[in-house]
Amino acid sequence: MDTESHEKLQEKKKKQKKKMTKQKKPKRSPEENEPQEAVKEPENLDKDSQPVFPPTFSVSEIKNKQRRHIMFMKFKQEKRKAKMALKKKIKKQREALGDKAPPKPVPKTIENQRIYDETTVDPEDEEVAFDEGTDEFSAYFNRLTSPKVLITTSDRPRGRTVRFCEQLATIIPNAHVYYRRGLALKKIIPQCIARDFSYLMVINEDRKVPNGLVLCHLPDGPTAHFKVSGVRLRKELKRRGKDPTDHSPEVILNNFTTRLGHSLGRMFAALFPHDPQFVGRQVATFHNQRDFIFFRFHRYIFRNEKKVGIQELGPRFTLKLRSLQKGTFDSKFGEYEWVHKRHEMDSSRRKFHL
Amino acid sequence: MADKSRVCSVWVGSETGILKGVSLAKKQAFNFCEMNCLSRDQEVCVLCWGDAQETEVLVGCSNGEVKTFSTEKGLFTETRQCGQSDEGKFTGLAVADSALVTSVESGLVKVWKEGVTKPVEINAGRSVCRMRQNASQRHHVATGGKENGLKVWDLERPDVPVFTAKNVRNDWLDLRVPEWVRDLAFIPDSEKIVTCTGHHQVRVYDPASPQRRPVLEAQFGEHPLTALALPAGSPCVVVGNTQGQLAMIDLRKGLVRGCLKGLAGGVRELQCHPSLPLVASCGLDRFLRIHSLDDRSLQHKVYLKSRLNCVLLSSRDLEACPEAVTAEAEVAAAEEEGEDEEDAVWDTMETVTEKTRKCRKADRGDEGAEEKSTKKRKVKK
Repeated sequence: MDTESHEKLQEKKKKQKKKMTKQKKPKRSPEENEPQEAVKEPENLDKDSQPVFPPTFSVSEIKNKQRRHIMFMKFKQEKRKAKMALKKKIKKQREALGDKAPPKPVPKTIENQRIYDETTVDPEDEEVAFDEGTDEFSAYFNRLTSPKVLITTSDRPRGRTVRFCEQLATIIPNAHVYYRRGLALKKIIPQCIARDFSYLMVINEDRKVPNGLVLCHLPDGPTAHFKVSGVRLRKELKRRGKDPTDHSPEVILNNFTTRLGHSLGRMFAALFPHDPQFVGRQVATFHNQRDFIFFRFHRYIFRNEKKVGIQELGPRFTLKLRSLQKGTFDSKFGEYEWVHKRHEMDSSRRKFHL
Repeated sequence: MADKSRVCSVWVGSETGILKGVSLAKKQAFNFCEMNCLSRDQEVCVLCWGDAQETEVLVGCSNGEVKTFSTEKGLFTETRQCGQSDEGKFTGLAVADSALVTSVESGLVKVWKEGVTKPVEINAGRSVCRMRQNASQRHHVATGGKENGLKVWDLERPDVPVFTAKNVRNDWLDLRVPEWVRDLAFIPDSEKIVTCTGHHQVRVYDPASPQRRPVLEAQFGEHPLTALALPAGSPCVVVGNTQGQLAMIDLRKGLVRGCLKGLAGGVRELQCHPSLPLVASCGLDRFLRIHSLDDRSLQHKVYLKSRLNCVLLSSRDLEACPEAVTAEAEVAAAEEEGEDEEDAVWDTMETVTEKTRKCRKADRGDEGAEEKSTKKRKVKK
């Protein structure tokens, strides 16, 4: 151990005299180590070009921070070199083979590696089809009711939230914004049902910024509670188009594959009228990726058969589902269909529930 | 259908009206219904065994029908109309001396005897959330509901309850404590009854003691407790709430012994196995889960596409290979049919040492397997 530390001390001194950035030093030191070791330490049996350490040695055992740092940097450099050499080799092989080269391996992403969810809906499943055909949204999907949305906030909302509500009301047809006035939701709900509203949307505000959304389907439908983030109002969007018109937008629902995702997708679809007015060329997109739902509102125009131009209008926001409760809003006594439990459900980075 | 139903050891009723049988040994779930005539008003509200041998399952539907399902045949054999849909859904179903006892949400408990059209009615209060039968004294039933305390009724004397529980004392603000019994169970080998309430309390009542107030009260969580089950052998109770939290509470002191993890949605019903330390839970997240009570680990999880309302466990060993039953049947048939042929084949075959059933299943073909099993049986005899 003494001889080794002595060698390192010598190395260190040399490096501190000349600058660290020169690459030749790491090469020189192992070569210099060798003759010294041969002279001073006849006990060491390994005679590689590498500095000799006992087999269980690791960089973290060196107590001196500077020396440890130097050794670690060396280790990383060697690793990087090996990696570059491997890459070059593969590239050369690929060029040599030309057309016969095997296809490039697909990089692994979290979406690729997603753990298969057993609740993924099979399109031909009769039972799920029956379940969806007779659930709370069946009235909307059978064209018996048309949507009417009440948008409100938590009590005493401030600037951004108020403007957010107004902009939402312009995007969602047949939406009305009402001031909350400190009323209890459980008392508002029977009044909404009496006035034929189909949705109650409550935007929760915290420190002048909207951060939550409670979406309650009205006659007896499920209540979804979301966390809202990334709210951008119209004037904060770059290169946006003119204000949206009153035409009903088309709705795009992306990537809602599981049973829970299906229920949510239907919930979002039932916010908008059945028949979109294609004249308006407006589209609302709910894109689900990794359990986050991204909402965007665009106007599109087909320039020719292959090219489309889009302009973003309207606010954009991101939602994350916190809980889905069966029945209208009753957080204390209601039964929950799905509750997000962070420690149980977020333990794997590759498992998603929507 | 018949062989599928014989294999099932767990029966689950769903909101879509489908009775599902789950076989844990084969890891499969089967639907027992006609897919054409499904409707939401046939939603399964309660399940109960029709007889002590567990060959019949009584299914209570939300439109007031009680259907009998035979596990031997795999078919619905009988349907009885035991109530109207305006009285509310079924909240309890029991069989007492060949009479059917049903209770509905509006508070009526009806005893339907064989051959008699009009049932004996007991008015158990304004609302009844659950009705259960005492396993040892089959003519005692207990009911409880929202603002309707625990009452124990004797079916032979339907006028007056045997035991009426009193509400606890007013709280520290001198306000009446609301009561809402969501589920209850009779503790075996005693007269005690344990209830769980919508105000996250677990209470134990003892009719044998002079006090009508609860003997023990424990609290768990902040959400209504919806289901309750008593495991065999230990002085515990397993409760579940609307957020999918399951806990084991010790009834000696009222302390939480541990939580069972995994559920994502509200628990609708819990059932413990009569002899093994297992508890089955079903709920709104469309999964049937079976946890072991010793180490609180999840043993089985089955996805059953609809929201589940009730679960029923059979008393036999849940993971028992049903091949025992089928192999014996096959063996009997084979023996009867062609013994001479088999003799000749056995003489030509090499002698085989005792092997376990699993090896037999993995490697050999069916015929070879049968013959080997017959050979084993012959040797033993």
